[in-house]
Amino acid sequence: MTTAADDIDPALRAEALASLLIERGLVDEAVMNNFIKTYEQSVGPMNGAKVVARAWTDPDYRERLLSDGTGAIAELGFKGPQGEHIVVLENTPDVHHVVVCTLCSCYPWPVLGLPPSWYKDPSYRARIVREPRAVLAEFGLDLGEDVVIRVFDSSSEVRYMVLPLRPAGTKGLSAEDLAALVTRDAMVGVAQVAAP
Amino acid sequence: MSGPGGHADPAYLLDTSGPAAPPRDNGELVFGAPWESKAFGLALALTDAGLIDWEDFRQALVGEISGWEAAHPSGEGWSYYGCWLRSLERVVSAKGLIGAGAVADKAALLAALPAGHDHPGAGHDHG
Repeated sequence: MTTAADDIDPALRAEALASLLIERGLVDEAVMNNFIKTYEQSVGPMNGAKVVARAWTDPDYRERLLSDGTGAIAELGFKGPQGEHIVVLENTPDVHHVVVCTLCSCYPWPVLGLPPSWYKDPSYRARIVREPRAVLAEFGLDLGEDVVIRVFDSSSEVRYMVLPLRPAGTKGLSAEDLAALVTRDAMVGVAQVAAP
Repeated sequence: MSGPGGHADPAYLLDTSGPAAPPRDNGELVFGAPWESKAFGLALALTDAGLIDWEDFRQALVGEISGWEAAHPSGEGWSYYGCWLRSLERVVSAKGLIGAGAVADKAALLAALPAGHDHPGAGHDHG
């Protein structure tokens, strides 16, 4: 019964569900563990950072990225679940983009990995739509009143990623050095990339 | 309810600086507890095997989250993976893979195992 199940410690419920699925041959434990390991260790914002650095240093790539996010991201080898329809939003000095999933937690896994806890929090999901400027200020991002803030709601159809502004004073840096500056928060749009 | 900047979940405040530190995502562990990673891995493995449909699962998750939010306006006690796990149980049951009630029965069995018996999923338990 679902009401009774709600009273059971989730750790026990997860263990119970896993045991049943594995015992009955419905889940291969090795496959399950491999998914966990992949998203704990191999897939994360370092992927998105490479995409951003490439877009900053290669205008043709930047154009492909903005017109076909999924395709341009796959060029760098990043694909997989939740990456089928990625749209990249380019920040400019006048327009700042920030991403949310108001209904659940849709997020572009191949470039950012799994979302952080605050992204899934009911507070962020509700408030970033209602009062983006105030929420961004709580993240430490104070945008001038002349900067337009656009909030994009990710869904099963489209996952958004932000292409942040390249910081001033980084002209001589290689793509590799630039990638090291790019943070997850900047690619969700709750931060900007700081100069080194 | 902490604001979006309130990341102070104690589960994340582990020593993440040493060479044996777990990989992290801008300072946060991806999962707050082993059961969260298990709930995650199960959903992906079932989808990968074609036994559940990801969109069905996502819809169930949307429903769980909005139901939880409606019932808990203060936000107190929020657990994203708690919603995830309940959604997964719901979809698995709707697909006829594991009957409703079987998970609770199994959990009760596991809870009754003596302390120290910490690998109940090893397949020797046909209770």
